[in-house]
Amino acid sequence: MIWNPNKECMSRDEMSALQGKRLHKIVEYVYHNVPFYRHKLQEMDLTPDDIRTIDDIVKLPFTTKKDLRDNYPFGLQAAPQSEIIRIHASSGTTGNPTIVGYTRKDIGVWSECMARCLTAYGVGRDDIFSVAYGYGLFTGGLGAHNGVEMVGASVVPASTGNTEKHAKLIRDLGITGIACTPSYALYLAETMEKIGITKDQIKLRVGAFGAEPWTEKMREEIEERLGLKGFNIYGLSEVMGPSVSYECQLQHGSHINEDHFYPEIINPVTLEPLPKGQQGELVFTTLTKEGMPVIRYRTRDLCSLMAGECECGRTNVRMSPVNGRSDDMLIIRGINVFPSQVESVVLGMKEFAPQYLLIVDRVNNLDTLQIQVELRQEYFTTTFATPAAIEDLLKRLCAKLKSVLSIGADVQLKAPGTLARSQGKSSHVIDNRKLV
Amino acid sequence: MTVKQLSIFLENRSGTLTKVLDILKESGIQIIASAIADTAEYGILRILCSDPSLAYKKLEEGGVAVALSDVFAIELDSQPGRAADTIKLFSDASLSVIYMYSFLFHGRGLLIFRTDNAAQAEEIIRSACLNSLTENDLAKWE
Repeated sequence: MIWNPNKECMSRDEMSALQGKRLHKIVEYVYHNVPFYRHKLQEMDLTPDDIRTIDDIVKLPFTTKKDLRDNYPFGLQAAPQSEIIRIHASSGTTGNPTIVGYTRKDIGVWSECMARCLTAYGVGRDDIFSVAYGYGLFTGGLGAHNGVEMVGASVVPASTGNTEKHAKLIRDLGITGIACTPSYALYLAETMEKIGITKDQIKLRVGAFGAEPWTEKMREEIEERLGLKGFNIYGLSEVMGPSVSYECQLQHGSHINEDHFYPEIINPVTLEPLPKGQQGELVFTTLTKEGMPVIRYRTRDLCSLMAGECECGRTNVRMSPVNGRSDDMLIIRGINVFPSQVESVVLGMKEFAPQYLLIVDRVNNLDTLQIQVELRQEYFTTTFATPAAIEDLLKRLCAKLKSVLSIGADVQLKAPGTLARSQGKSSHVIDNRKLV
Repeated sequence: MTVKQLSIFLENRSGTLTKVLDILKESGIQIIASAIADTAEYGILRILCSDPSLAYKKLEEGGVAVALSDVFAIELDSQPGRAADTIKLFSDASLSVIYMYSFLFHGRGLLIFRTDNAAQAEEIIRSACLNSLTENDLAKWE
């Protein structure tokens, strides 16, 4: 089933023409409504009239996460506040989160894109579908929720946490579909086994998994343990949220909703656009967004765009699975974590040396984060030399980390001089998760 | 009226204690009393030794997190109940003992502790005529 064949199965020429028309419109829109973009275009001696076809996109400047941060909170918002009906926030690299406002039309487009994903997965009005992404500032929960309502399935807003209750509901309500992170799906499977819910007692048949990298091996394991078919869903809040791209039944790459999100692949060093099939950094331009449009936004995700048509009938371009980052961002339990966030907290507390180490692992299918910090020798004084004072200091550190990272971390205090010193480019991260 | 105590931060992994003890050994420093306060991940080693200033210098040079603090070291005879009687003097005055360790050797006992109010503790020691050792006493204590 295809939700919107008019858009998902357009001829390539029609799609290019539509994209060109929309690109011109969005550039004109941001030029007149966002000083940041207007100045950038003026600096490059460009006006919206220079952007006529989709191929003209290469003339436009890139937008980065730093631009979003520098313009916190509403600097890149194009629509007046009275038109914004929802605001999401994602973690920023240091301090400020990224704020994304949506107009009523944006929420409509997002819901439709999500409905396209769910329909491709085979979800329809007869399904009972549970959304186990976090509901809140994170776009996963509410984003998926709206799409499930749009296709007319019964949505169960389970959110994360309370996994045992969720497992019981899956059995008792006969829930047929679920959206969550792949690691949470495995944790759910484990919880079910623990409380004695077997695969033949549940009716799950579709899973929409995303918000963190996963592998074919994880897919096999989830499918085997939960008895469903698992589909990839991709998205990011800066562009929209989940539903930027989705797998069809053939599961050979993820179709991009490219009538709304125009993809490019660039060389992350030279910023040169790369042809189809070549791996590079994924860049998106939102073609229809009103609240906070982005022009050539650098996602930092590494993947390639796939050439050729898909046998499912959809003509929209597919992207390969994301298999890396062109920056040091980590995705831990679906939450974006930058080592620089940890650095800002550690450097902000004079008791600690400016060295730190993040150790990421996956235990029982749940990501764990350990942060090692070093006590500064000169702060180990009479007042500090008791376990109670040190515990108190660590508690303060944990609270600060939690508020910046949005996830809890296990903090380990090391003796002065024991963490590796920066020798040129020192690595602050050890990621022990096996994703292959 | 007080003696110098070394507090040393130790990570809970093998070798950290040896490193500290080796530094003291190489500097010819004798440990008189010691105690470890431990948590799951690290411990604080507290030491009374023959030359705390030298020990502090050598440990710091060796990259060990070390602090020097003043603690009371009260000499007691070996009768049962002496520690109870002594500490009661402080608790009766509403002082808290932050930590304490002790040892008994050839009929002489030493009670080492830190309170939350050093000035008041000194008054109590004086008025009760307790034998509170100084750095010099400690160097001669054998």
